Amino acid sequence: MTTLTDPDKESFRLSMLLYDTRYRSITMQVIALGLLVAAFWFLGSNLAANLRAAGLNISYSFLGAPAGYDINQTLIPYTSRSSNLQAAWVGIINTLLVAFLACITATIFGVIAGVLRLSNNWLVRKLMAVYVEIFRNIPVLIWILIIYTIMTVSTPAPNAFRGETPTSTMFLDAFAFTNRGVYIPAPVWGPGSMVVVATFVLSIIGVFAYRRYATKLLFDTGRLLPTFWPSVAIFFLPSILVFFVMGSPIGLEYPALKGFNFQGGIQIGAPLIALWFALSIYTGAFIAENVRAGIQAVSRGQSEAAAALGLRPGRIMNLVVLPQALRVIIPPLISQYLNITKNSSLAILVGYADITATLGGITLNQTGRAIECVTLLMIFYLIISLTISFGMNIYNNSTKLKER
Amino acid sequence: MKKSVIFGALTVAGLTAGAAGAATLDDVKARGKLNCGVTTGLAGFAAPNANGEWEGFDVAVCRAVAAAVLSDKNAVEFIPTTGKTRFTALASGEIDLLARNTTWTFSRDTDLKFDFIGVNYYDGQGFMVPKALGVSSAKDLDGATVCVQTGTTTELNLADFFRANNISYEPVPIETNAEGQQQYLAGACDTYTTDASGLAATRATFETPGDHILLPEIISKEPLGPLVRHGDNDWGDIVRWTLNALVAAEELGITSANIEEMTANTTNPEVARMMGTEGDLGKMIGLDAEWSKRAIMAEGNYGEIFAKNIGEETPIGLARGLNAQWTDGGLLYAPPFR
Repeated sequence: MTTLTDPDKESFRLSMLLYDTRYRSITMQVIALGLLVAAFWFLGSNLAANLRAAGLNISYSFLGAPAGYDINQTLIPYTSRSSNLQAAWVGIINTLLVAFLACITATIFGVIAGVLRLSNNWLVRKLMAVYVEIFRNIPVLIWILIIYTIMTVSTPAPNAFRGETPTSTMFLDAFAFTNRGVYIPAPVWGPGSMVVVATFVLSIIGVFAYRRYATKLLFDTGRLLPTFWPSVAIFFLPSILVFFVMGSPIGLEYPALKGFNFQGGIQIGAPLIALWFALSIYTGAFIAENVRAGIQAVSRGQSEAAAALGLRPGRIMNLVVLPQALRVIIPPLISQYLNITKNSSLAILVGYADITATLGGITLNQTGRAIECVTLLMIFYLIISLTISFGMNIYNNSTKLKER
Repeated sequence: MKKSVIFGALTVAGLTAGAAGAATLDDVKARGKLNCGVTTGLAGFAAPNANGEWEGFDVAVCRAVAAAVLSDKNAVEFIPTTGKTRFTALASGEIDLLARNTTWTFSRDTDLKFDFIGVNYYDGQGFMVPKALGVSSAKDLDGATVCVQTGTTTELNLADFFRANNISYEPVPIETNAEGQQQYLAGACDTYTTDASGLAATRATFETPGDHILLPEIISKEPLGPLVRHGDNDWGDIVRWTLNALVAAEELGITSANIEEMTANTTNPEVARMMGTEGDLGKMIGLDAEWSKRAIMAEGNYGEIFAKNIGEETPIGLARGLNAQWTDGGLLYAPPFR
């Protein structure tokens, strides 16, 4: 027989911090944290001491001084007399632009390549495997250079469009493909054009509303409405109608060769195109692998069951497999988006004026304020990356398995 | 500085122990090597040759200083720096001397805490265009696409020039000279701008240099010179007077070929002082009597260095122009050795 006695009163001795497994891990973590803080403090104070000894200081006043240099792609007003801070903003917007564009196209490339890698067609499957393996295994820096070089060498200079018998002509008299970029017509907004734009926005909402209604009707009554052609009609017809009713308020400004370059229209610079394309095709290869892994993670029984219910292969993919695969695809997709944003800092290779090129490049050089500029850069990329992760995590939570 | 080297090396910006304030001369002597910052490769100014030895106009300055201080012109560790890394490298003490065609400007001399010790090349920014473009003046470049090396004073001058003349342009920033050359030749930009000497050096490497011209406008003053950290004046004096010795040697007719003969037979007291046979100039800057003699013997006097690396006989083919001695109508003027 055992006798039950009251357990010893819990008493805490200092040695328990080390010998008691309940406390040991906490002790170790506190020590590690302390060492880490000490190391950073040491580095910081060392830096401060050395700067002081060299007679230098940390100052951000250079941000207000005129930048003094020009930038080729400015989406916000900027001249060489603008401040360094304004130049940094120009760079930030350029970074966000190329990252945003590349994220979209990389996702499109990736999903298509990932699905086709599992195709039953041998040729398609192998072609996609070659794409993935080639692009994934060569550094993005080299792809950026290759694509930019091919662009500048293979497309004609604006000079080739000149003269009585030019060697190159504009496509449809509206598009010019040169090695300095692609020139496309720009819309000219006349009076009443906002009505057309508003109609267009409304018709987009209309398309979604119609599709939702069709789905609801299908679930409620089992009646299947056609969706494709009505969607197309809702998308285009009202806008076109309003456009002519209002008397064609939106005109087009065509690019034309004037002086050294094409003037007028919208210029999409060669650096932007090269960087955008290189980032999307490179990251697309990674996303393709994520998509493939996601699809393969869905149990085969799911698609067999769907097939047994009589669904066609396209619907099996869209309605059964992909929604389940998304749960596996989204988390690695977040890190691919972060990679695109961070890899866009290679922009200066092709002369694209992103934040690393303006604040971290020219401004840093001209002011010599390396520590300040690099700190700002680090903070910027950190904020952007955390924001992307935050947004994507919200989406991830909305797609993940709901447990009740 | 007192902090340990290991932790110092970890500091974010590389501002490590042994930076400004310390006696650079003692460091260099203790190390037995001069750490000299140069370009990553610009033909004629600083580039490794077929045997991997650095040579060029800026390299010669490094070798002369090494010869003066360490009695060995090969006791130099050449550290390639880009437009971006050069100032941090010097400020942190990674290099003792920066000889990298760097333009002497007010803010670099004062705000960045450096000391320019003189000018070894008087340059100015120019434009190169293909002959076929039919442009004869930089003022005709309204609306042109301009390739410009980033991280240099050139892009500031460029902005100022176009603004002052009220004409527009589109900049294409490029990172290295090689890239600029490729973009220019592919026609991705109408004109390429950098220091006129750099343009001449670049054009020399083209397949058909005759198809390209340099426009007559020189839009800026670019005094290029070696620089050291501010605060160690003794070290600054050594480098400054080594450069002056090279310039003075040309003026006085001392070459690497006749230097021994001059030392023995000269009747010119200034030559005698420079060669260390009279007076004790070397002692005044903490070196021995023959320091300047060794500096001149290293790569020759200024004229010899110029002729060998970038002169009219070389593929770079630069005329002396502003870089002639003051007696020949140039700007080179070494203060007296006295």
